Amino acid sequence: MPILKVEDLKVHFPIKGGIFGRTVDHVKAVDGVSLEIEKGTTYGLVGESGSGKTTTGRAIIGLNKITSGKVSFEGKDVTNLRRSRASFHRDVQMIFQDPYSSLNPKKRVLDIVAEPLRNFEKMSRSEEKKRVEELLELVGLSPESIVKYPHQFSGGQRQRIGIARAIALKPKLIIADEPVSALDVSVQAQVLNFMQEIQKELDLTFLFISHDLGVIRHMCNQIGIMYRGRFVEEGLTEDIFNNPQHIYTKRLVAAIPNIDPGKREDSLQFRQEVDNEYKESYDNYFDEEGLAYKLQPVTDTHFVALPEKG
Amino acid sequence: MAERLIDINNLKTSFRIGDDYYAAVDGVSLSLNKNEVLAIVGESGCGKSALAFSIMGLHNRAKIEGEILYRDHNLVDVSESTWSKLRGKNLGMIFQDPLTALNPLMTVGAQISEALFLHNRKLSSEERKAKVIELIEKVGIPRPEHVYTQYPHELSGGMRQRVVIAIAIANDPEVLIADEPTTALDATIQSQILDLIRELKETMSAGIVLITHDLGVVAEMADRVAVMYAGQIVEIVDVNRLFESPLHPYTRSLLNSIPNAEKGQEKLHVIQGIVPALQNLPREGCRFKERIPWIDESAHEENPELHEVTPGHFVRCTCYKQFHFPNEVKEDQVHANS
Repeated sequence: MPILKVEDLKVHFPIKGGIFGRTVDHVKAVDGVSLEIEKGTTYGLVGESGSGKTTTGRAIIGLNKITSGKVSFEGKDVTNLRRSRASFHRDVQMIFQDPYSSLNPKKRVLDIVAEPLRNFEKMSRSEEKKRVEELLELVGLSPESIVKYPHQFSGGQRQRIGIARAIALKPKLIIADEPVSALDVSVQAQVLNFMQEIQKELDLTFLFISHDLGVIRHMCNQIGIMYRGRFVEEGLTEDIFNNPQHIYTKRLVAAIPNIDPGKREDSLQFRQEVDNEYKESYDNYFDEEGLAYKLQPVTDTHFVALPEKG
Repeated sequence: MAERLIDINNLKTSFRIGDDYYAAVDGVSLSLNKNEVLAIVGESGCGKSALAFSIMGLHNRAKIEGEILYRDHNLVDVSESTWSKLRGKNLGMIFQDPLTALNPLMTVGAQISEALFLHNRKLSSEERKAKVIELIEKVGIPRPEHVYTQYPHELSGGMRQRVVIAIAIANDPEVLIADEPTTALDATIQSQILDLIRELKETMSAGIVLITHDLGVVAEMADRVAVMYAGQIVEIVDVNRLFESPLHPYTRSLLNSIPNAEKGQEKLHVIQGIVPALQNLPREGCRFKERIPWIDESAHEENPELHEVTPGHFVRCTCYKQFHFPNEVKEDQVHANS
């Protein structure tokens, strides 16, 4: 049984207009997304800005209201749960993109990391302090850090404080929204390594949201590619990178800068070919509104959004 | 011999923190040739943008010492009136974030014509408009007449960055400084903008200084690369050798820390420690020493200098000779032991 199952998720935001502020239209930020994540794996959600990948993540954890569709966690329906102390909120945690704005600058590290503990567990002050120190050690920060404030840390260290907070309640699923986009490459490496370590240690499942295909390829077992609120392709990492089927996926893959300067001409040529193909065959891949079709299976693991045959 | 455009000698750009000045760019010597893309790579805080801003004379509170020689000017101490003749005419700049670089209250057309008007008063308004539309077309924006009358907020991020580029190249500058020109953009748009800059380079015969943190962008764009760490250049080399045979420990560490599917490595390399804050930078000895503590102290030079190891390949300090990653043993040590 998959740990997380999302069925036909839709998140529409109303556009208000006119003098009475009536709803005149909707922005279909997420428009029919389905995915399943197996325990202990990492699922990558990729897309460019505005594709709805962040909204998908936020809707799953309950930060955005779900318009329709169903989210099940460990077989239980958790769609639009009220803010109750349901176990779901313990088991699913989030790591945010920007380590500079996701930590309260007025709080000490102790209070930041202990906040989920205070919400869900009854602990004495000394137990709490001990647990926070353990957590900080786990993310590679010294126990003395508990009395410091966020500004006293570097970007990578802050992101690790965010991770310590996310794993405080021993969650089962972590939604990581662009966790390394704001970091330098060497710090990025540190955070990615660390995420893989705690995944093994705690048998964690990740929903990893990113626009960076290099990072996604490094981290994920399975990938879903989003475009304008819908999936255009879904498959195992090998499926997506070795055998991309949808023209949009091909474009994304072609746009990754080639690290070998000797192959510059080749990659430029490849990009131009894909670009021409994109222009020529756009109508085969997108409907009249420029949206992706429904996913069709290519193999058991690989799905591509194509018009239905026949 | 390639034609020199800019010669930077021992440039030192310092910022005031408290009562003292601290050098963010600390003794950089560099040259830019015609028709080349010189990439300056480094992580945040290494001084790459401070260097770019120094070349363009955009710092107003910093203390700048050393020389930036361009034609018969030393850009470090030319007057503001000379600057306003040079900036935008001979030297153009592409900024990182197109939304903040453009004026939200002016149409695209007006912003580009302003750049033309400031340096060329002879054009009639019709001629200028024609030139602007030509520029909009040149940077690959569809329907230039329509876009001429639009405001920045009506355009997508990629289109805005094209407008910024149009302004930068309006007067055919000899030197173009691009400060992280694609960092704010999506991947597919990034590749389009990079292709555009490359195309423009062919037609303009300008020298381009490309500031970036992204080694992928370097591999795609650069001819020559300067790697910066803590205000200093630690390695200068042509792009092929940078990726084939990087020497400086910092360069090698950086290259090892990017996820690379072909290598298929499980663990990414992590550089130990953190970049020290400007006030706490070690000003003596090898600045990278703290980050590679497993390398013997004696490997470093007392006053690390750039050494020309092979023609055109400069490396700072001597520690590269003994450098190895913690999990690998240096070859000659194996021989010594056996």
